[in-house]
Amino acid sequence: MENIIISLKDAIVEFDGEQILKKINLDIIDKQFVTLLGPSGCGKTTTLRIIGGFQQMKSGSLYFNNKDITKLPPHKRQVNTVFQKYALFPHLNIYDNIAFGLKLKKLSDKEIKSRVQEVLELVNLIGFEKRSISSLSGGQQQRVAVARALVNRPKVLLLDEPLGALDLKLRKEMQIELKNIQQELEITFIYVTHDQEEALTMSDTVIVMNNGVIQQIGTPVDIYNEPENAFVADFIGDSNIIDGIMRKDFLVDFAGNSFTCVDSGFERDELVDVVIRPEDIKIVPQIQGAITGVVESVIFKGVHYEMIVDASGYKWKVQSTLHEEVGSLVGMNIEPMDIHIMHKMEC
Amino acid sequence: MKSRILAIPYIVWMIIFTVIPLGLVIFFAFTSQSGEFTLSNIIAMNDYLDVLFRSIEFSVIATIICLILGFPVAFLISRLARGKQGTMLMIVILPMWINFLLRTYAWMTLLEENGLINRFLGLFHLGPFNLINNSGAVILGMIYNYIPFMILPLYSVMTKIDGNVIEAAQDLGCSGFHIITKIIIPLSKQGISTGIITVFVPSVSTFIISRMLGGGTNDLIGDIIESQFLGNSYNPHLGSAMSLVLMVIVLLIMSLFNQFGSEEAVI
Amino acid sequence: MNKILSRTITAFVIVFLYIPIFVLIAFSFNASKSRAYFTGFSLKWYEKLFHNEAILTALFNTIVIALISSLLATIIGTAAAIGIHRMKPITKATIMNVTYIPIINPEIITGVSLMLLFRAFTIYSGFQFGFVSLILAHITFNIPYIIYSIIPKLRQMNPNLVEAAEDLGCNPRQAFFKVTIPEIMPGVLSGFLMAITYSIDDFIISYFNSGTTVETLPITIYSMTRKKVSPEINALSTIIFIVILAILIIRNAISNYKLRKERLEYLASKS
Repeated sequence: MENIIISLKDAIVEFDGEQILKKINLDIIDKQFVTLLGPSGCGKTTTLRIIGGFQQMKSGSLYFNNKDITKLPPHKRQVNTVFQKYALFPHLNIYDNIAFGLKLKKLSDKEIKSRVQEVLELVNLIGFEKRSISSLSGGQQQRVAVARALVNRPKVLLLDEPLGALDLKLRKEMQIELKNIQQELEITFIYVTHDQEEALTMSDTVIVMNNGVIQQIGTPVDIYNEPENAFVADFIGDSNIIDGIMRKDFLVDFAGNSFTCVDSGFERDELVDVVIRPEDIKIVPQIQGAITGVVESVIFKGVHYEMIVDASGYKWKVQSTLHEEVGSLVGMNIEPMDIHIMHKMEC
Repeated sequence: MKSRILAIPYIVWMIIFTVIPLGLVIFFAFTSQSGEFTLSNIIAMNDYLDVLFRSIEFSVIATIICLILGFPVAFLISRLARGKQGTMLMIVILPMWINFLLRTYAWMTLLEENGLINRFLGLFHLGPFNLINNSGAVILGMIYNYIPFMILPLYSVMTKIDGNVIEAAQDLGCSGFHIITKIIIPLSKQGISTGIITVFVPSVSTFIISRMLGGGTNDLIGDIIESQFLGNSYNPHLGSAMSLVLMVIVLLIMSLFNQFGSEEAVI
Repeated sequence: MNKILSRTITAFVIVFLYIPIFVLIAFSFNASKSRAYFTGFSLKWYEKLFHNEAILTALFNTIVIALISSLLATIIGTAAAIGIHRMKPITKATIMNVTYIPIINPEIITGVSLMLLFRAFTIYSGFQFGFVSLILAHITFNIPYIIYSIIPKLRQMNPNLVEAAEDLGCNPRQAFFKVTIPEIMPGVLSGFLMAITYSIDDFIISYFNSGTTVETLPITIYSMTRKKVSPEINALSTIIFIVILAILIIRNAISNYKLRKERLEYLASKS
């Protein structure tokens, strides 16, 4: 059975009377790579800081292995954090940065040394012990920050947008490396990011947040293929989101036409959001299309062309391997299983 | 929360040694020897208006000359390579590390009647000129002592001006003169006002420079204040009134250049 | 054209700044008392300087006062900076504005205002002008420089650093001593050095608050300049100039060395 290591109940956080977290509930499963994903200001970092012990809640409670640790100060928690800008101690060299936590635990010098060596090996920084922090590149500082946290053998590692400051290529490398470390050590990682691609590639579970509310919790595949609402659909990948009316089970009206779909359980004539991924739209000759429109722009993206097609006012984003001339009339078809129907979000 | 307590010793100190003493100056300025309220100290300032105006006049002239001389120096330094900037700054600052009494004394030996300058001019059968104990010597002393205070703040804002900005201005058709008036001066405003204050304030309140180079005939407000507290004409009530007037002048100048409370103004 | 003019002015200003100093240095080696005629090389003014009881006492006083006042100012000021940093913006602004007063106020006014305070002390208690009044005055004008050199360090400090320390097992007290203090140490040190130099250099405030029994070096220098001829001053200026030059050159060399070392390490880590 899956073991829940961290559990957050009814968490409310306020800054200056504004609710940052609106009563969220969250269970983190042990040994998983869990990502908190959302745009800036959505409350993901605040959630992480509650777990780290740096943020007090207005109300709510936090459990670690079923023990209430809501009031436990950070230095007594069995979690460690990799901070956004690393927060390495500039006055200490790399060895002393990494050994910082172990020295506080008053371990023997020999023990400290061997454990520091162990993590240095893990993050590929053997031989850097005596270096100063300022002499390291961004990627190396990142590794030191990870090593400094891991050397304490935490049950849970918290990472606050740790790759945000790195360039694209290095970020990709570090993504793989972090994932490998997590699997090798078999501990829980809670990872905060606003980068949906990062979240999808690394995670076992993705928690999508917006405006202090959890929007969806699921595997990357679930989140991508079965977004629960228009926000998730829009935030994860590109989407066309249009207003529709659910006529009855498996039949929806939008863009001036009726479509069969695979969704059911909506009220009759309910106003809904219809979400369609750009890659799920097929360009066909005008007469064969359920929707017709004028090609407004075409951009070559390498694997495919990205087009904007104007169909009676709504600008469709379409990906196609075929090139169409700007200004030409085209038809568009969508398979029933590619039509995602969602309840309108309450605003 | 808890760490705010750490400031309490300082706040107590500040009240006893900064706020109360200034309160005492105001109190003395408005009281007589017997401790009664009076405006006579302030009214007595009328007799010293000439000294007051002389102080302001001298320090305004000194400040303007410091600005004219300091501006090109600061700009030149700010355009040098990084390493050279450090060296040049050190050259400008080094004299400031020598006590200003010694620096002013050095000018005494240069300017006096059989001093080096007159002896040098004598080689060409010129002079001797009366170089010391006049207003010019006092202003020279002010410029000499305080010109680094003008160069430093100017430099610190000018060094932040991106060279590309100047090139862009040239590219857009600015002549050399317009680059100075339209680009460099507006971008150096902060440094100019800081420089003006840091030169004007010690100049207008000095009593040493005027005493050493002015020969007793060019007394400034600082000299008069000093003599009310330590000199022959001991009268701390009048001295406090004068200090108060001086403080008001300084505050006016500062609000004119809009610097009060700005942390950047501190070098 | 522009360049030539600014170079000429710069050269002129530098000559203007240094001529008096070099004249002092040259005449410190003069055999005679003359300030105009160089009559031969001699070290006798240095000899006289080192046998001048008044100067040596004043030097000792100056150093003692500078060290004590800077040390106390650093302790009070460092604590104050940390406390002020955590305050609400309005309280913070008020305190910082009052802190600014001794920096911008003409020194003569700081001097006479403290004199009025100490005179009140002497009237209502057995207080005497002297060492204590000098040290109190020096602490007062030194604390603002300490605070202003530490506050920027606190502001630049990554707020996550303290959290990182707590995350790794520090209680708040340990985090303060293991992280906050080392982080702001450069600011504390430069504030301390600034305080020492201002303290050694101060004449005006000391002049009003020394009383008749204790003289600092600048006060002694002042009374020497009142006499028409005193060539020991030249010798003293020369020594001060050379000491300061040496300190600045060493400091420069150290910072250059540090920079180069860091750059080398950085390059090494890249390869």
